[in-house]
Amino acid sequence: MTNNAQVDPKLLEILVCPVTKGPLDYDAAKGELVSRQAGLAYPIRDGIPIMLPDEARQIKADGGSTQP
Amino acid sequence: MTETIHVFNRAKVRHHRDRAAPLLDAHGFLFEETADRLADRLDDITHRFPLALDLGCHGGDMGGQVFGPRTMGRGGIETLIQADLSPAMARRANASGRPTIAADEEFLPFADATFDAVLSNLSLHWVNDLPGALLQIRRALKPDGLFLASMLGGGTLAELRDCLAEAEIEICGGLSPRVSPFADVRDLGGLLQRAGFSLPVVDADQVTVSYETPMKLLYDLRAMGESNAVAEAKSGLARRDVLARAMAMYEDRHRDADGRFPATFRILTLTAWAPAPTQQQPLAPGSAKTRLAEALGGQEISLGEKAQPKD
Repeated sequence: MTNNAQVDPKLLEILVCPVTKGPLDYDAAKGELVSRQAGLAYPIRDGIPIMLPDEARQIKADGGSTQP
Repeated sequence: MTETIHVFNRAKVRHHRDRAAPLLDAHGFLFEETADRLADRLDDITHRFPLALDLGCHGGDMGGQVFGPRTMGRGGIETLIQADLSPAMARRANASGRPTIAADEEFLPFADATFDAVLSNLSLHWVNDLPGALLQIRRALKPDGLFLASMLGGGTLAELRDCLAEAEIEICGGLSPRVSPFADVRDLGGLLQRAGFSLPVVDADQVTVSYETPMKLLYDLRAMGESNAVAEAKSGLARRDVLARAMAMYEDRHRDADGRFPATFRILTLTAWAPAPTQQQPLAPGSAKTRLAEALGGQEISLGEKAQPKD
């Protein structure tokens, strides 16, 4: 599921969390865009950020994972 | 409290697009045609739009029309971000090398005042909360940013809709929604205004596609990812006997001079701008310098004076 492809830096500049419209942190190791406010991590697949709340991984407020 | 009514099953919309992604080459001609028409409109506008979004990009037809082999796109577009509800479509569009994401039109992942233009080619007719989507689009635009979109409107697939409805009533004694409900010109103008756009214009255009058989039309719709996704519809296409009856009616009624079968698509084009102080503004009420009656050469009847009844 993780990817080696790079995310376009232009995307990192303009993307926000679709639920809270708050900022996202880029976790390059996991290939995820993390919204701490929403407690969601959006996957990046083949360099394509999947900004769909349904596809996001739920995380705890501190950023630790609760489910795969 | 009222519950939101969901006309469309968005999971179905996504599934249809995922399924259609590999088939688009042979069946995406309508998207290409309307993308070409949208790009033509960009040519007519003197503004430049360095950063633009293609919302509901399908296989990337809009990007293909905007850039072609060029690096500087039509409408002065330098960067076109592509977004589609379907990750499979997004992957296909990403093959062009343009930055692409999967995103839901109803949950846009962009900060306010990000884009110089938002384009959308034949996608917004699948959105449940169109006022909400338009509002988010307007907010994602910089002041004086352009929203330019095409969507399918009322009258689309009228031939198919009528035949399916009649066949179903005849055989089942009732009706299930088989073809999506579509918005119309007047509704959309109002919605654009409500979403806070200025200078909204909506116009309608017709594209007629001629098919060898009505069944080929159904196959095309599926391969375009445009199959019925109305939430209330029973799963799958109509019953086999209903479908056969509808196809027979289509063949009876709509055969053209060349023995082919037309299918009508009504394309609505929306043009609107994010408000900016530099745009033309309406005058304040009461600030007119010429009397309307003079301009029309008529006689002015002041308020309070009633017209005389004729006897």
